[in-house]
Amino acid sequence: MSNPVLRVQDLAVNFCSHTGGFLRRKERVLRAVNGISFELHASETLGIVGESGSGKSTLARAILGLIKPSRGRVMWLGENLTELEEEALRQKRKEIQIVFQDPVASLNPRMTAGDIISEPLWTFYPNMAGLQVEERTRGMMKMVGLLPNQINRYPHEFSGGQCQRIGIARALVLNPRLVICDEPVSALDVSIQAQIINLLKDLQKKLGLALIFVAHDLSVVKHISDRVMVMYMGCSMEVSQRDALYRRPLHPYTSALMKSVPIPDPKLAAKARQDRWLTGDMPSPYNPPRGCIFHTRCPYKVKRCEADVPALRRMENGDWVACHRAEDLDLSI
Amino acid sequence: MALLEVRDLRVQFETPEGVVQAVNGIDFQVESGETLAIVGESGAGKSQLVMAIMGLLAENGSASGEADFKGRDLMKMPPKELNKIRGCEIAMIFQDPMTSLNPFLTIEKQMTEVVMHHQGLRKQEARAHAVEMLRAVRIPDPEERVKQYPHEYSGGMRQRVMIAMGLLCEPDLLIADEPSTALDVTVQAQITQLVGELRDKSNMSVILITHDMAVVAEVCDRIIVMYAGEMVETGTVDDIFYRPRHPYTQGLLASVPRLDRLSDDELHAIPGNPPNLLDLPSGCRFRDRCSMAREVCFGVPPLQVQENGCMSRCFIDMNNGEFLPAESKGVEENAGEDSK
Repeated sequence: MSNPVLRVQDLAVNFCSHTGGFLRRKERVLRAVNGISFELHASETLGIVGESGSGKSTLARAILGLIKPSRGRVMWLGENLTELEEEALRQKRKEIQIVFQDPVASLNPRMTAGDIISEPLWTFYPNMAGLQVEERTRGMMKMVGLLPNQINRYPHEFSGGQCQRIGIARALVLNPRLVICDEPVSALDVSIQAQIINLLKDLQKKLGLALIFVAHDLSVVKHISDRVMVMYMGCSMEVSQRDALYRRPLHPYTSALMKSVPIPDPKLAAKARQDRWLTGDMPSPYNPPRGCIFHTRCPYKVKRCEADVPALRRMENGDWVACHRAEDLDLSI
Repeated sequence: MALLEVRDLRVQFETPEGVVQAVNGIDFQVESGETLAIVGESGAGKSQLVMAIMGLLAENGSASGEADFKGRDLMKMPPKELNKIRGCEIAMIFQDPMTSLNPFLTIEKQMTEVVMHHQGLRKQEARAHAVEMLRAVRIPDPEERVKQYPHEYSGGMRQRVMIAMGLLCEPDLLIADEPSTALDVTVQAQITQLVGELRDKSNMSVILITHDMAVVAEVCDRIIVMYAGEMVETGTVDDIFYRPRHPYTQGLLASVPRLDRLSDDELHAIPGNPPNLLDLPSGCRFRDRCSMAREVCFGVPPLQVQENGCMSRCFIDMNNGEFLPAESKGVEENAGEDSK
């Protein structure tokens, strides 16, 4: 296989906050992302899944350099992005782009669709001819399924799904090689979600993009990912090939996430309900459990899980898991 | 007799661009102990429908029609009387648990206020009642947590508090407007399950509003599918899931990404976007997005009614899936009623 375009190594992001009064000031550290490593090849899609607070958005932003990582490296085509100066990093954004979660809030309401989509061109290629910019903008609109004659409309004149198409057009206008999609469909109606997922898939095929697709729902990433990483409280619990993951998850948490997805079939739904075992909330991230970070909610835990932190290790089939019992658990669906 | 009977409900909003007909003549009933789901995309009018029943429309909105709740018409009730019913006999859970609690007041204060107002309980009793309710929605350590502020609760916990508040006065009808949409899937499952259990225990009725067909499968008895302010199909859960008649319902079902089926690569999407309510297509409102649409669909589709209460607003015959013969337009009693 060819060299990966992106190699994330032991990436960590800590947030500090203060508690206590003026004189009894105490610093608290929240480990939002805690030593994540993975590789991504061209034309490949990595799905990142986890509950809110699992650090998936923080990870996405840290890769782009929108948040300064506290440790680790982000190797983009052999270059370490975390060591770059601000301007050099900014130039890299031609190659790495992001699509945000809330399609309406992430567009400037006072700019027309055309302005929004062409803005990256003006900032990165200020000498580009106006006509050329317009042509490229219209081309992008067509590519994402908008009508080029909507170029002068404002975001409020578009529906949520169309706004997300504008967001995608803006991300693609610079011809990036990697696009990070941070929950691009979770604010949309289910019927529109499918449109956007299919669109991203088509575009990826056409343009040979590498994609990182962040979502909180395993059923959403299933249709677009080649590999899926499951995150919990800042840690990577499992990184598996798509089909292997959905047939036989290696980590109990992955299996729990899969079982929480509602099934649109009344007869199967009753059974699915009985199978669900994940209860309660995530523990406080300021005070993470010792040992395996998931042991407080895991029905398969043994003594060892409370003491030793399981390392992310490679299984026979090449997938990665962080669970002491991965070999002897059969979590097949 | 039905607990709630809604007849010909219409909601419109005055906007600078013109009058928007958000709900266009909806009829339905809720029996006691029953869970009714109202499903549709954003802009279908499902939230405005219940807002109108509850008298909570925005200032530029107006509603007409009847909503008989235990024999009294909510739409014609003076606000004072309506206030006695809201929060007491009919409770409502709103979509966003993050913003529907007052951040300045403790959970205790917000919960006891409801019962002290409606049932005239004293503070001590009200507090005990609140704690008991929090326990019922499985909030751990309720005696302590009741003293906390909303920001000390997670999203799922806050939605539980909202449910507990809704249930404080033992309502006959609980209206839940997308109760789990803003939450993680793991918590979503817990919340829908909880609503189902509480309903079974107290025999209350529930109206569940959602855009996600998958959520509906687990807890509902009957389903109304709305599109652009109209009811396009209604039936029992089994009818809708196993024998959907309207192309829109079929599309909604097919667009749910499913884990229990191995990868069918292309996800089914309903093409296009919901129509602009200010500029509706003539005839069938779903026509532009419908793969079955034919010339006949430029006319107003009839509302077909079956004996078992299933209805479909479409030119496709509910019984055999064929297009209705052209002259049968208007055979059904409600057909053509909405034509302008």
